[in-house]
Amino acid sequence: MTIDMSQFLETFYEESFEGLEVMETELLNLDTGAADGEIINTIFRAAHSIKGGSGTFGLNDVATFTHVMETLLDEMRDGRREVTQDAVDILLRSVDVLRDMLSLLRAGEKVDEDRVAVAKKELDMLLAGDGGNESEHTGANEVDVDGDEQVSGEKEWKIIFKPFPGLLQTGNDPVRIFRELESLGILEVKADLSKLPSFDEMVSEECYISWELVLKGEIDKSEIDDVFAWVEDDCELEITELNQGSGKVIKKPVANSENDRKESPVASKNTPPANSSKAKKSKPTESGSIRVSIDKIDDLINMMGELVITQSMLSELGGAEEFGNIQIEKLRDGLGQLERNTREMQENIMRIRMLPISFAFQRFPRLVHDLSSKLGKKIELLMSGENTELDKTVMEKIGDPLVHLVRNSIDHGIESPDQRVESGKDETGIIQLNAFHEGGNIVIEIVDDGAGLNKERILSKAIENGVIKESDALTDEQIYDLIFQPGFSTAEVISDVSGRGVGMDVVRRNIRDLGGAVEVSSRAGLGSTFTIRLPLTLAIMDGQSVRVGKENYIVPLISIVESVQVRAGEVKGVAGKASLYQLRDEYIPIVRLHETFSIDTECKQLEDGLLVVVEGEGTKIALFVDDLLGQQQVVIKSLETNYKKVTGISGATILGDGTVALIIDVAGLIHLAQTDENIIKSATDKDSEIAA
Amino acid sequence: MQSTQAVSEEQVNVDIGDMTDTDQFLTFILAGEEYGVDILRVQEIKGWDAVTTIPNTPEYLRGVINLRGTIVPIIDMRIRFGLEKLDYGPLTVVIVLKVDHGEKSRVIGIVVDGVSDVYNVPEDEVKPSPDFGSAVDTEFVRGLATIDEKMVIILDIDQMFNSGDLEIIDSCADE
Repeated sequence: MTIDMSQFLETFYEESFEGLEVMETELLNLDTGAADGEIINTIFRAAHSIKGGSGTFGLNDVATFTHVMETLLDEMRDGRREVTQDAVDILLRSVDVLRDMLSLLRAGEKVDEDRVAVAKKELDMLLAGDGGNESEHTGANEVDVDGDEQVSGEKEWKIIFKPFPGLLQTGNDPVRIFRELESLGILEVKADLSKLPSFDEMVSEECYISWELVLKGEIDKSEIDDVFAWVEDDCELEITELNQGSGKVIKKPVANSENDRKESPVASKNTPPANSSKAKKSKPTESGSIRVSIDKIDDLINMMGELVITQSMLSELGGAEEFGNIQIEKLRDGLGQLERNTREMQENIMRIRMLPISFAFQRFPRLVHDLSSKLGKKIELLMSGENTELDKTVMEKIGDPLVHLVRNSIDHGIESPDQRVESGKDETGIIQLNAFHEGGNIVIEIVDDGAGLNKERILSKAIENGVIKESDALTDEQIYDLIFQPGFSTAEVISDVSGRGVGMDVVRRNIRDLGGAVEVSSRAGLGSTFTIRLPLTLAIMDGQSVRVGKENYIVPLISIVESVQVRAGEVKGVAGKASLYQLRDEYIPIVRLHETFSIDTECKQLEDGLLVVVEGEGTKIALFVDDLLGQQQVVIKSLETNYKKVTGISGATILGDGTVALIIDVAGLIHLAQTDENIIKSATDKDSEIAA
Repeated sequence: MQSTQAVSEEQVNVDIGDMTDTDQFLTFILAGEEYGVDILRVQEIKGWDAVTTIPNTPEYLRGVINLRGTIVPIIDMRIRFGLEKLDYGPLTVVIVLKVDHGEKSRVIGIVVDGVSDVYNVPEDEVKPSPDFGSAVDTEFVRGLATIDEKMVIILDIDQMFNSGDLEIIDSCADE
């Protein structure tokens, strides 16, 4: 039985990273002093799976390291060690080290051994310190830990291995285990055949033999343990060191047959670590994968069933000899049903890509914990709406901007405890992360109850940097918006947390790249709120089709402010060239789509067509089009796959009749119009004149 | 779709013994001249169909079509080569080609006057193109082959569709 283990390697990494996240979250939940046994248990299980898996794949560094963590956790679980803040911090650091080790290994690089050694030493010291009351089991673990530090020398191990009859059924093969042992040193195997039944009674799937092994060489006990890692619940195992007088006997508790085996499904699913060396060599694959909950898939399967029924109904209709009114009626019904099925199917397939936002949120408790202690602030993090779902691609790209904003709130927003008490607030600051759906968007809010943005400082900084002129009269909103300008930081002390002035503009750019927007509002002394709006998905959007000449274009519905019919007198000219449309108290430059896109059309008079007022990057323009057609959901296809980026066009879509329609990139179009003529510029000048 | 038929028949008739060291080329007619492209790069041949024009692009880029869910740009070879424009007729065909660019590949359709034939050409019979001086840019020409006393210009499509305005700007194509 040869299985290429490398195919499981990627799964192992993914599961391990998930495990690490669980460990991290739970460690942060752990109340020092009165520790909840269930929480420690969860952490322990996660560590145990990583240890087991890494052993299987021959990632010995990881296995040894996790083993030490596990030992510590085990003592905590049994109540033999107190859960101190110190221990939790060390464990958190170990989680970091472990995560780095795994990512390096996944990328096929070498582990930073010094760092691992430092972290391990911390753990070892913690273990060696007070706390553990010596018991048989602890003794075993400590031998192990000591073993790693001892100068390794020639040792002789006696291993008594008595498998339970069911061992073979779990996919484990003693021969492989022995072969693995043989690779460690000189192995002598003695089989005990006393329990072997007569040939008639023998069940070929059961194991009747037990073994006595003697292993010589420079071997640590942990290495032997690793070899038996997968079978330890399915056998009686006794490992004794022979040439040491004391002869510490390590007895694994006899597993309680059936129940125990059920509890360790991981162990039974995997094969012994024989071909681990092969796994190590395999190249890391970079294909992303996604975990989908079973009910989403079940929904899809149900829908597929309905679709098949509709299809068979329609094909039956197609085979009808006569085609009268009844058949037409049926056909209509069938088509209606087909439409409904397709739409549901589409929605559900899109849901596969949707993940709860907690994936992006879960790193924040740790971030807040670390940063607040570093900055000497007291901060409580409240999260709501963690189950709000978001497209995976959007989620991956929103992570960094979110981290930046949260860091910002911790660093600049929340004041130090003294300052807070002085201004009559609770010394613990509160940061809230809220996520919710609003229309076709997902909204993420980062709210802090800190000092709020300092208007004067932003203004003086902006003037200093030449972003604005002293004479400019700005509303509060406009002032707050300045922080998103490139090269802008008001932090008095530049810390390594934030304050290098790169950041907020990058945050805004990243969010815009996703088709979203970020805004800030603030009240002095009461805190600030950052609001991020994102489209639910990048693959489908609501669009408004417009007609220009013979061409159809799709304008993203989200960027449309309103559509108006022009009446004479509402359009003003500037310098005889550009025209402006007066929409209430604003002047909006008109961009004639047929001119920008050089399209032949008969509709050249503004009164004949329609103006679609669109907004992009804070600027409004009025697109002059011939006609508005329907609104529809469009699937976004990239033009760049086979051609290249075209200014003013964000992509293409395929309409119901199979033809291609281009999707207008509003922000790009504004740039295009700006370079064409300076109509936008002149309009904004005019605007500020009115404002003044 | 007659031309598609012709291709498949021709492929069937190919003698397996000849396959070694010969390349197969699909040839098309453009203003009376015959051009050849590596047949392994030909994805399909279809009739001319209406396209959706892309604004502010070179004239030879006629637009894009929907090829079973993929957006494929269509290039008019006559305009690309600076030849006299011709109205599209029933014989006008679009050859859909796979163009490699490093590790990526793109699908592009070219409009030609008509598809001609499929030839087996031994590798050593493709002669390097002579230097035409400044009159003709030989960058896109892989070589010349003589088949039945006719000259066929063998095109290097990778070179041709990865230069000038069609060049992939890597930062955009990375997605």
